Amino acid sequence: MVQNIIDVKNLSKSFDISSKEPGLKGTIKHFFRRQTKSLKVIKGISFEIKEGEIVGFLGANGAGKTTILKMLCGLIYPSEGSISVSGYLPFRRRENFLKSITLIMGQKQQLIWDLPPIESFYLNASIYDLDKFEAKKRIKKLSEMLEIDEELFIPVRKLSLGQRMKSELLAALIHEPNILFLDEPTLGLDINAQRNLRKFLQKYNKETNATICLTSHYMKDITSLCKRVICVHEGAISYDGELDLLLKKLSPVKEILIVCRSEEDAIKLENSGFTVKNKIKNEITIKIENNSITSSLKTILNNFDIEDLFINEPPIDEVIGKVLIKKDYDI
Amino acid sequence: MNLRKYLKVYKKFLHTSLASELEYKTNILVDLITAILSLVGSIFLLSIFFQNSGYIGGWKFEQALIIQAIYTILNGITNTWFNPNLTEIVKHIREGTLDFVLLKPIDSQFFISLKKINPSGFLEIMLGFLLLFFCIRINEINLNLIFLTLSLITISCSICILYSLWFFISTTTIWFVKTWNAIEVLRSFLYIGRFPLSSFSFSLRIFFSVFIPIAFITTIPSEVFLGLSVFWKILLEIIVAIIFLINSRKFWLFALKFYSSASS
Repeated sequence: MVQNIIDVKNLSKSFDISSKEPGLKGTIKHFFRRQTKSLKVIKGISFEIKEGEIVGFLGANGAGKTTILKMLCGLIYPSEGSISVSGYLPFRRRENFLKSITLIMGQKQQLIWDLPPIESFYLNASIYDLDKFEAKKRIKKLSEMLEIDEELFIPVRKLSLGQRMKSELLAALIHEPNILFLDEPTLGLDINAQRNLRKFLQKYNKETNATICLTSHYMKDITSLCKRVICVHEGAISYDGELDLLLKKLSPVKEILIVCRSEEDAIKLENSGFTVKNKIKNEITIKIENNSITSSLKTILNNFDIEDLFINEPPIDEVIGKVLIKKDYDI
Repeated sequence: MNLRKYLKVYKKFLHTSLASELEYKTNILVDLITAILSLVGSIFLLSIFFQNSGYIGGWKFEQALIIQAIYTILNGITNTWFNPNLTEIVKHIREGTLDFVLLKPIDSQFFISLKKINPSGFLEIMLGFLLLFFCIRINEINLNLIFLTLSLITISCSICILYSLWFFISTTTIWFVKTWNAIEVLRSFLYIGRFPLSSFSFSLRIFFSVFIPIAFITTIPSEVFLGLSVFWKILLEIIVAIIFLINSRKFWLFALKFYSSASS
């Protein structure tokens, strides 16, 4: 049986936030008497993640995804509740715990700006207590997986965003961590760079059985990497389960565009009891529930003269968008 | 703590920061020229103070030059290590890149205090030592083992006090986010350390000894050089240095509990 590597129980986090009224009067008031209030950004969440799982954290901006990730890797002290990652209390930041995790943030970088990435890799290798031979071996292996070569010897400031992100990944993975925390790793990357990064993460997960916790606003990252998603809404978990189930729940019907051989066939189909969305000449769009697609299509193909048909999936962004603004999804 | 590992990492820090700085040759050249001009300017200023009367606070010009030499060495150390690293703490906290430091299996205070060096500060340290050797000659100071040990101890204590003060102020960034002004104030107080403590009024002497022990930093090592020091003063400097160093460490660990990381 696969063991839980992350165990979170009733986790909460509050921050003191100061607010300011607009205008000069508000600024002066804010300077002399700052009004702060405690804001609960994470509200008693609980979940478990198994070894080797890739879990996507979904939520609108400010929902609390990054705060959860930062508590999991030990950067932020939780206000209430308990967290166990690889059997450690993350916020104690024990050496062995830190050697087993990594955090990659799409909008922040750890590479030394004026030097080629290779210098940062060797610096990280010395911090993780790797000897030169081992470091060289790992850099070679990871650079092959990431398909970077000459870029390793060019100053970071001269690299493209995509090349820089690959180098950031290499720097973050040189110690072969078994838990990866990725906070919007594809932010700002072009489509090809995004695809390559996803491909790499899939391969890394497959080869090392590393656990990956990912937040991203690019739905493609989530759909191609994560079987399981945890949806966060205003600091609480609104859904935790399989992505496919969520999609089915959110879009229970599919639209099917059927091109009939003649207009008469289209009229016959219109009157046969299916829910019709619209009909233009010999083209008719009907709505069928997900669980009866196969049987319905069989009936249509057997009883009507069909020239062509198209199954339209609703855009994933649109479907997931619904989850970001709703509180609860019981499945 | 694995000392071998820390030495290895420090070697890497030296290598990477030197390589980074050497990318900008003109900047280094300007820094070197600034260091020379700054020392010449300081000695000129000091000589003006001594023009009318030969003594200030009971110190001769040749003796006051020792304070200038120690100040130059300390300022060199400040520019080589403290300035590039400790001012960076503010940036780390404001931009949230401290996250990367905290997640490394290495002491975070070691990392943020020593990661960078500014090679042009080395010249200042060298100039300070040259001036110190010159002062030893003109003041006819007799070099012996006790003298060397005491001067080494007092200068090391001065470095510790200065580092702790600076680190303490930088750490408060975790709550206040911007503390550049406070660091600038500290730097300007450091200029005061170029003059003997006895040249100030009683109340200022108390202020610079008790509240902001800048005067300890240069005056006590200088007194050792001139054979004017008394045992209790050296002991007091050692105690102050230890208290400052321990408290800077404790304060850092305490402050980290309040670190909320920058939002993404």
